[in-house]
Amino acid sequence: MTSLAESAAAPPDPVPAPLSLQGSSYGDRVFHLLLTLAAAAVPVLLGFLVYELWTGSRLAIGQFGFQFLTSSVWDPVAERFGAFPLVFGTLVSSLLALLIAVPLSLGVAIYLTEFAPKAVRQPVAFLIGLLAAIPSVVYGLWGIFVLIPFLRKSIFPFLRDTLGFLPLFQGPIYGPSMLAAGIILAIMVMPYVMSVSREVLLAVPNSQREASLALGATRWEAVITTVVPYARSGIIGAVILGLGRALGETMAVTMLIGNRHEIAASLFAPGYTMAAAIANEFSEAVGDMHLSALAYVAFLLFLVTVLVNAGARLLIWRVARGAGAGSKAL
Amino acid sequence: MNRRFLRRAVSNLMVGLMLGAVVAALLPLFFILFNLVVKGAASLSLDFFTQTPAPAGETGGGVVHALVGTLLIVGMASLIGLPIGIAGGIYCAEYPASRLTWLTRFVADVMNGTPSIVVGVFAWTWIVATQKHFSALAGSAALALLMVPMILRTTEEMIKLVPNSLREAALALGYPRWRTSLAIVVRTTLPGIVTGGLLAVARIAGETAPLLFTALGSQYLSFNPDQPMAALPLTVFTYATGPYEQWHQDAWAAALVLILLVFVLSLGARLAVRQRFDSNG
Repeated sequence: MTSLAESAAAPPDPVPAPLSLQGSSYGDRVFHLLLTLAAAAVPVLLGFLVYELWTGSRLAIGQFGFQFLTSSVWDPVAERFGAFPLVFGTLVSSLLALLIAVPLSLGVAIYLTEFAPKAVRQPVAFLIGLLAAIPSVVYGLWGIFVLIPFLRKSIFPFLRDTLGFLPLFQGPIYGPSMLAAGIILAIMVMPYVMSVSREVLLAVPNSQREASLALGATRWEAVITTVVPYARSGIIGAVILGLGRALGETMAVTMLIGNRHEIAASLFAPGYTMAAAIANEFSEAVGDMHLSALAYVAFLLFLVTVLVNAGARLLIWRVARGAGAGSKAL
Repeated sequence: MNRRFLRRAVSNLMVGLMLGAVVAALLPLFFILFNLVVKGAASLSLDFFTQTPAPAGETGGGVVHALVGTLLIVGMASLIGLPIGIAGGIYCAEYPASRLTWLTRFVADVMNGTPSIVVGVFAWTWIVATQKHFSALAGSAALALLMVPMILRTTEEMIKLVPNSLREAALALGYPRWRTSLAIVVRTTLPGIVTGGLLAVARIAGETAPLLFTALGSQYLSFNPDQPMAALPLTVFTYATGPYEQWHQDAWAAALVLILLVFVLSLGARLAVRQRFDSNG
């Protein structure tokens, strides 16, 4: 392309001077500069973000260091902060969400890719995509007034009656709880895992399915023995992407999890997550140490989500490399 | 014979289970929409759209302060975020060999995965802490920061779809580089860019977390970007977690309005693309 344009723009000299395209006219230079400024703004802003988070948490890092992650004391009055319940709650709620969402999402993705009648595929995928468009605070609102009363009346007592021998399902039922937060997170994460899994499954060449069917497999066997293993790393990538979203989810979680800085064995007990703690306490924090501790939590949350998302991206890219690596779902 | 029957039965069972998964996945969607319409529509009235809130606990009043607030905050955020995002996207698509492009693309992907509350904390330390007061502008800045990477990536993807032959034809006819990009490439992909922009606006219109400690929210109608301002998602949050029954009803109605806004923007975005493609054949 460059050589073609160059030869077109070059003056008809016996010795044509090599012209570079950028900066060949005043308009070009201005255009290039404006665009470069806009593009450069993005890394600059991210660098600024990391810098601000770092300086904001320096006070707390100096005071608590790595103990911040192991201590469970959160005392704004005595200015002692430990984020272990936050980290614990974040991990547990996200893992719960994945436990519920991944089988569901995979089931839907496989069904839509392999078994559903052609006419149904797009509409159903679209409807599930609508779930991703619902704002988090609306999920929280629905969770408080519809989901939690339902869970408290029907599901939680049922779980306690049948599985109550496990410490996970013992103890008083309040409603707002780790399990409720896990369930709403599962609903929120499901469209992402489903759509990325679907793209990954669609990228599996048809020859795999046809070979398996030709050898006499049933349709389910064809899928589970050839298609799914082929797309395995992409599916794992989709799951990790869902994990990344669950880790950072704030509003719905803070409305359903009970917001208590404590670790409990029971899933019916209230808990806390990193994002929920920041949301609840940041605007009311008095004292620089409290703010710095929350900034420290934000910094840790940022690091964790960056790492998780980078890992997810790598895995998905490896499988879907041929068919649209710039996955729209991402 | 028996084994084949068993295998086929398992296959049918799994298909049935997966169909159940589809139903289970769609149930929450229908329940949420159903509840929103039933519970929310009951509180919708002319007062709801034109009045400011009544004193806490009393009946009546409305959420005009939140409607105006959302329009202003999202509007300001779009004014900042759309130009930077689109310009950045054009840069990454038109100069793909540049190292800045690789860096910007990577950073945009990182920022797309960042939790919105972390971006809110950043906006707080950058603007609120230095100005020593909450403001709608800080909220808009946080939302713009969320928008830019989204719009950048979608714009870039759209522009990359334009075949190089179009660019070469324009350049061969003597168009300078900048005119090629703007008049030919961007104009061709304008529906796609508009779609990406509208989708990003729809996403940030529903964001609550970055506004919690930047725009802070308010019970009063305000047009001042330098002061705290109400917003629809903030109002839903405050009212849903508050103790008053009137607040709970208003929360449902406000959530209904919010989701209508988000859906209309999203569907409008998709329709814009489809219409263009239909009219072009």
